[in-house]
Amino acid sequence: MTFLQVRGLVSGYDRSTVLNAVDLDLDSGATLGLLGRNGAGKSTLVLTLAGLVSPTSGSVTVGGVELAGKRPDQIARAGVALVPQGRRVWATLTVGEHLTLAAGRRTGTWTVDGILDLLPRLRERRRQYAGQLSGGEQQMLAVARALLTNPRLVLLDEPSDGLAPAIVEQIGAVITTMRAEGVAVLLVEQDLHLAFACADEIAVMEKGALVHRVPTPQFRRDPETAGRLLGVS
Amino acid sequence: MSVLRCRALSRSFGALKAVSEVDLVVEPGARHALIGPNGAGKSTLFKLVTGTMRPDTGHVELAGQDVTTLSEVKRCRLGMSQTLQHSSLFASMTALETVELAVQRHEKGRIAFLPRKQPVVGERAGKLLADVGLIRRREVPVPSLSHGERKQLEVALALACRPSLLLLDEPAAGLSPAERARLVELLGGLPSEITVLFVEHDLDLVFALADAVTVLHLGRVLLSGPPAQVRASDAVREAYLGSSRREELWA
Repeated sequence: MTFLQVRGLVSGYDRSTVLNAVDLDLDSGATLGLLGRNGAGKSTLVLTLAGLVSPTSGSVTVGGVELAGKRPDQIARAGVALVPQGRRVWATLTVGEHLTLAAGRRTGTWTVDGILDLLPRLRERRRQYAGQLSGGEQQMLAVARALLTNPRLVLLDEPSDGLAPAIVEQIGAVITTMRAEGVAVLLVEQDLHLAFACADEIAVMEKGALVHRVPTPQFRRDPETAGRLLGVS
Repeated sequence: MSVLRCRALSRSFGALKAVSEVDLVVEPGARHALIGPNGAGKSTLFKLVTGTMRPDTGHVELAGQDVTTLSEVKRCRLGMSQTLQHSSLFASMTALETVELAVQRHEKGRIAFLPRKQPVVGERAGKLLADVGLIRRREVPVPSLSHGERKQLEVALALACRPSLLLLDEPAAGLSPAERARLVELLGGLPSEITVLFVEHDLDLVFALADAVTVLHLGRVLLSGPPAQVRASDAVREAYLGSSRREELWA
């Protein structure tokens, strides 16, 4: 069932338009890998869906509820979680404190204990300050924080950026678990490995619009199209 | 005694010497700006000072104490505080709740989770929000603050740990002219017990606020001195504009 429905979404900064009428559907439990060159509008799309950039026109419904133009906290309460680029953590809060604060008084599928079972490295580091974690551990913490809000749609903005392959694999395992729990995942990536490993479908953005969308196996069989759209070989 | 002293700090990335033999002295009460063209090494030097990154060689001293091997968290306890883009981490928390968290961390050590609030914490958090001009916005969830308001909040969070040295990384980035003016007023109005070191691209803001300026170029200190000296320097102009002269461009 279509969970996220985006229609004619136009958005940008000041007077420059970045998104030109984006249409996008995403089902519950589906993972879409969103690729594209630098400046194609991937991050702007994610930030607009999270409410951090205001759309000029268009519609965004999540589970049938219109969210375009709503405030970021209202969108978060509607079940949308963002894992922002650059894994932001609060250096002087411990791992455990981050998780307790993120969970708040909510109840749902994801609990602090459940998350720590899934990411044992974080359990080991539970009493450490986030500022003392490695880049990979900080990224895991950022993902854990998002999941603890028990979201139904997770937006991940380049989670593998700058991380070692072994860490990227663990992030991939978490995304696979989210999918099994029925969470819709929009995964923005520059790196093809994680997108290929997790996504059911691959979409490509170009000049602020979605220009290509196919099942992942089909995308992988067509390196020519991938090369033309992404400038990779 | 200087608040901050860097001695012969160096840091390379492969063959690139991002920061090379940098000496930097920040005097008590200074509003000290770190400037330089793109790629000058400002961000790397900033990270070496905050402890986010370790130098290959050289030392960082905070009020006479060598902190080179200390973590960000420990430097923070010794009075060094930086603004971070961490204010909107918890989407459902208000501006006041976020500052309360920073106050609790510093004053109490332990975080008492809601609803067990301490009045002392709330009072101090409210005062900090008033200081940065956000008191009327205290009940607004942080992600719904404007970009400029979030910068103001980040200053309040940094002040929550009663720093002697406040470090700001491009505080005016992405601000509108009106928001920028408000930030200059806020930073200019900080008590003189707080020394400020800031990295900034916007030279108008630098000259509006700074009483000392260090210019980096290609990883080295090109010049360190009062704003007037920096303004008058041909070497600085050349570093910013490049060595090719204007007339050569149009020849």
